[in-house]
Amino acid sequence: MEAKDNAKKKLKLKVSAIKEGTVIDHIPANSLFKVISILGLDKIQNQITFGTNLDSEKLGAKAIIKVSDVFFEDVEINKIALIAPHAKLNIIKDYEVVEKKIVETPDKITGIVKCFNPKCITNNEKITTCFKVIGKAPIALKCKYCEKITTEEQIRMI
Amino acid sequence: MAMKKDLLSITDFSKEEYLRILELAAEFEENPNQELLKGKVVASLFFEPSTRTRLSFETAINRLGGRIIGFADPDSSSATKGETLHDTIKMVSNYADLIVMRHPLEGAARYAAEVSKIPVINAGDGANQHPTQTLLDMYSIMKTQGTLDNINLFMVGDLKYGRTVHSLLQAMSEFENPIFNFIAPPNLKMPQGYLHHLQEKGIRYFEHEEFTDIISAADIIYMTRVQKERFVDPIEYEKVKDVYILNNEMLKNTKPNMRILHPLPRVNEISTDVDANEKAYYFEQARNGVFTREAIISHVMNLK
Repeated sequence: MEAKDNAKKKLKLKVSAIKEGTVIDHIPANSLFKVISILGLDKIQNQITFGTNLDSEKLGAKAIIKVSDVFFEDVEINKIALIAPHAKLNIIKDYEVVEKKIVETPDKITGIVKCFNPKCITNNEKITTCFKVIGKAPIALKCKYCEKITTEEQIRMI
Repeated sequence: MAMKKDLLSITDFSKEEYLRILELAAEFEENPNQELLKGKVVASLFFEPSTRTRLSFETAINRLGGRIIGFADPDSSSATKGETLHDTIKMVSNYADLIVMRHPLEGAARYAAEVSKIPVINAGDGANQHPTQTLLDMYSIMKTQGTLDNINLFMVGDLKYGRTVHSLLQAMSEFENPIFNFIAPPNLKMPQGYLHHLQEKGIRYFEHEEFTDIISAADIIYMTRVQKERFVDPIEYEKVKDVYILNNEMLKNTKPNMRILHPLPRVNEISTDVDANEKAYYFEQARNGVFTREAIISHVMNLK
């Protein structure tokens, strides 16, 4: 119990609180930079703090991102569902959590994932990929173009 | 503007559309020369050579009175200069009224249809789809059996990579009470995804490695070629290669209505001694391709 409290304290020290914005928690540590890139956080001017390789009972090692003054639309945040399916969002207003959200796998995935099929037209010409999500746990994506199914293990981000 | 109609994948069409096309195909068989495409230009774009499919389409277009532009192999297209498919299709869709295309990459036809202002008919996109073949197969089944319901369909050979058997399975599973018998070597079995599709629809299917003893139940035997290249171990190929060859002797106890289909080209999987048997239907099937393609063109272009 004591160890847990200490860990919590440490986490607080590592990642400071924000006044307004969004906290994305429970990101698998190895997906942190992919999440940053999918949400375009590497291209904005807002203050961002993140911590990674933090202890997590569920994930082993987790990451957390705090973005000041950014509030994501559901469609936008659901894009990370493929790589951070257990991510939780805390919406912060004036240092208080005013809303909690979980990510949901969308029914359609556009432009984030590569089709695993090397003979697919999307891997040979400049085309935005598009998949119908035909399975959510485990994830299975059916390419709109070649109609082949990319499985969870085969998922590669663009 | 009304939405344009394309034929890219067999699953794009409903059961009603399948039946409409087969009805039109029968009309064209009665009367193949109808000038419904008079004054129209059809682009026939073969980014990969295919003698049978191209000639069948071009015959259909000629019988409908249309004119043809295009190329028969990629060496004579601008693709060799590095032009993207996007740009080729943009250009051609400014010239012609319909595009018929074959391409080695999977999904190329659907992409072309998104780029194109005019209807696109997929004449084969890699290992993905070849919907006009499926419709001509269905027309052949309809013609020889009088119905598409209650058909016991034997599929023989390479069921793993054969796109024709996959599409035919999808289309026939829309009809009443089909039974599928899959006969293939272990490494070329029907993929799980398709079996799952049948299970979901509650359709009966059986898997076998040989078919000599069960052949008497078949209404249709759909033969495909077992290619040597598909085997990692050449000894494995040698072991199974003769199991999937159909000869005249095997046809003795088959049903009178049974017919043998094959998408062609045949290599040795149907012995030539079968050709004279009235149950051999594959050349007739290829002939049906012209009428079916006339029907498909008329359907997507709203000519009838």
